Amino acid sequence: MKTVVDIRNLEVTFATDGGDIPAVDDVSLTVGSGEVVAIVGESGSGKSVTAKSIIGLLPETAVTRGVILLNGRDVVGLTGEKLRATRGLDAAMVFQEPSTSLNPVYTVGWQLAEGLRAHGKYSRRQARAKAIEYLGKVGIPEPEKRIDHYPHQFSGGQKQRVVIAMALALDPELIIADEPTTALDVTVQAEILDLLRRCRDEFGTAIILITHNMGVVADLADRVVVMYEGKVVEQATATKLFGSPQHPYTQKLLAAVPRIDTTRERTPVAEAPPVVRATDLVIEYPGRFGRGGFRAVDRVSFTIAPGEVLGLVGESGSGKTTIGRAIGGLTKISGGSLQVLGHEMLTVRERGFKPVREQIGFVFQDPASSFNPLLTIAQCVAEPLIVHGRAGDATAARPRVDELLEAVQLPRAFGDRYPHELSGGQRQRASLARALALEPTLLIADEPTSALDVSVQARVLELFAELQNQFGFAALFISHDLAVVDTVSDRIAVLYRGELVEEGPPAQVLGAPEHPYTQRLLASLPVPDPAEQAVRREELRALTTRGEE
Amino acid sequence: MTKILDRLPVVRHVRQSVGLQRGMLVTGLAITAVFVLTAIFAPIIAPYGYSQLRDASGTFGAQLPPGGAHLLGTTVGGYDVLSRVIWGTQTAVIVIIVAVLLSIFAGVALGLISGYIGGWLDRVLVVIADAIYAFPSLLLAIVAAIAISGGQSSFWGGILAAAISITFVFIPQYFRVIRAETVRIKSEAYVESAKVIGSGAPRIMVQHVLRNATRTLPLIFTLNSSEAILTLAGLGFLGFGIEPTAAAEWGYDLNKSLSDVTSGIWWTSLFPGLAIVLSVLGITLVGESLNDLADPRLRTRRRAEVAAHTPDPLEVQP
Repeated sequence: MKTVVDIRNLEVTFATDGGDIPAVDDVSLTVGSGEVVAIVGESGSGKSVTAKSIIGLLPETAVTRGVILLNGRDVVGLTGEKLRATRGLDAAMVFQEPSTSLNPVYTVGWQLAEGLRAHGKYSRRQARAKAIEYLGKVGIPEPEKRIDHYPHQFSGGQKQRVVIAMALALDPELIIADEPTTALDVTVQAEILDLLRRCRDEFGTAIILITHNMGVVADLADRVVVMYEGKVVEQATATKLFGSPQHPYTQKLLAAVPRIDTTRERTPVAEAPPVVRATDLVIEYPGRFGRGGFRAVDRVSFTIAPGEVLGLVGESGSGKTTIGRAIGGLTKISGGSLQVLGHEMLTVRERGFKPVREQIGFVFQDPASSFNPLLTIAQCVAEPLIVHGRAGDATAARPRVDELLEAVQLPRAFGDRYPHELSGGQRQRASLARALALEPTLLIADEPTSALDVSVQARVLELFAELQNQFGFAALFISHDLAVVDTVSDRIAVLYRGELVEEGPPAQVLGAPEHPYTQRLLASLPVPDPAEQAVRREELRALTTRGEE
Repeated sequence: MTKILDRLPVVRHVRQSVGLQRGMLVTGLAITAVFVLTAIFAPIIAPYGYSQLRDASGTFGAQLPPGGAHLLGTTVGGYDVLSRVIWGTQTAVIVIIVAVLLSIFAGVALGLISGYIGGWLDRVLVVIADAIYAFPSLLLAIVAAIAISGGQSSFWGGILAAAISITFVFIPQYFRVIRAETVRIKSEAYVESAKVIGSGAPRIMVQHVLRNATRTLPLIFTLNSSEAILTLAGLGFLGFGIEPTAAAEWGYDLNKSLSDVTSGIWWTSLFPGLAIVLSVLGITLVGESLNDLADPRLRTRRRAEVAAHTPDPLEVQP
């Protein structure tokens, strides 16, 4: 097997305001042609930096040392014309967010042709023909017509296909895919992974796959490189790594991946009037001038009993966040009925709802932005106490704040820190502390762990379950990840395009799903085990072909 | 102690900067410091009063060339140029302070309310601000100056007229910037989390929005200060400024020196002009460097030095 990339003793250091930070430290790895090598690690492990240094995409503040042989040529320190020549021809890149990596004012055909013509071998007509050919190869239907469409006319998954077509069109030896499926829904993710697999099998392209998702790794990778704090801690073939991980960090990482386990014990639902009752709930966003509104939630009915955790699952655009916001009084509902703690949200006014807010806690998705950056953690956690008159100011609230911080397993001293001085997981725990400050009867958690690394996610989920046992609040747990929802919920509701397609206890919804969408969702979820994943992949394929017939 | 120093806007910026950006910032700060110190110590530094025409040995005499008792010569009206330039600094600083103070409070308050509450109030305020933008600022300042002073001139009357007319032009700028920031911050997750807690609108506006919206203020403050000097000089030059008996003012002196230029008397126009250019340059340099430093994409940093590789044992917390 020919070696495409050979990285030896790579070191990358960034200059920042806080001094120099080594991002990559003595990393060596090789990638052979036709091989998929996954670089896995949590945020800040240096996986993206390693890959980007191959095609010279690091910012000016970075200093690179070591050797990167790309097709036998050292690319470290290449600039100008020589660097440009390697980009695209030797190595191409697929980015995380397909909606921002395509220029919105040009047609996709123009953008595909641009890459071809940049390397100067094509006439306009030839470039167009080749662009059509590659659009077809990556599975865009009707490529002759679609080539003249603009990026916004494609779905997220299709955009990522176009980006992959752009990478493939120059027939590079290597494709670097930086979190290629992270921004996509899980059903679309499965399709893109299939396409990348075809890139390897049909075009013989080597792929460096950067990801934090162990399921994706198990699905696609031949070999895995595990990085931690800028160093390579383990390198092995996928089967070996998942079968018998050697390094303690790898073991920890694999153990933290949430798995679906339908035999888990759940608390039985209490026989009491529900905390939240939605009946034919409709939420519409007003459309643009002269057009009808967009119906985000369509005749959804569900209830949440006291002390029960309802997991709400769905992909982007399914309306799950909208429902959470409506219960929290952040979004107005347009029809049906939504009763929150005895208040009808269709007719309620802010003045009348304010006392109810005391009983509702809210945890937001992104812990980085849900704290006022100028207040200390203690001041942030004290806010609900002050607003509802339980304490005069932040100092008076401090004993209670300390108690709360302790409940979410944060040291008291963290109260005096500013939000940016905490890690993502710590911030999310502080966020839980704030939500629980008034001992709410209902907690709404909107994707509370999707911005966190897996190992941190596992700890936050554990904490959530503990707190729920201790305080006994009812909760609406919103997530796109079936496995995450499974670990905390007593009951699961599946949303699809604003409609509730399935609802019931996890054993039923995840064990024997009835609705075809739930089945597909479940089958698309990659599991961190290459052998099992291969079987599941076949099942999914059978499921999709059956769906098409 | 260093922690507090690091949080002060300008000190922090000097520490962060390197190379050309640092040079620009330090030059700007030095010029501005000289400008402010001159203003404070004007009574001590200036050899004569701003409206002084004679001393113990009789009148100064008009249009004397530089040298002797009058280092920079005298004007056509018989004033000492050096003293006029130094006292003029004081007028400029007072006008900047009054104008910026007046406009910053009104502009910030209006911007905050307009951005947060939105709706028809926001629309009306934005339209008014746009209408003010549409006027040439100097014309507006002239109208305001006439309306305020009624054609009479005294020290405070003149200064207030100049300051308030500048205020009139500046309020929309502060309004715009704070409103834009407020609209952005309003949709931040921490404002929403304050809302779901049940905080009232005034509390959210002050505690969460205002405190995070003021980041760009030092920048507009400096840029506006230099604009205030120019507007003041412009008013003076056109004859709507402060009379020489009330206070020294560079624009007025420039106006009076117009006829001197053709007859080879250069000192009456050169020095007030230079004072305007230098003070505006100094403040603008500070403002521009603050702008560049506040934006991480524009800020240059020291290149990282690759340290000798130290193989330290890998730490893992299972």
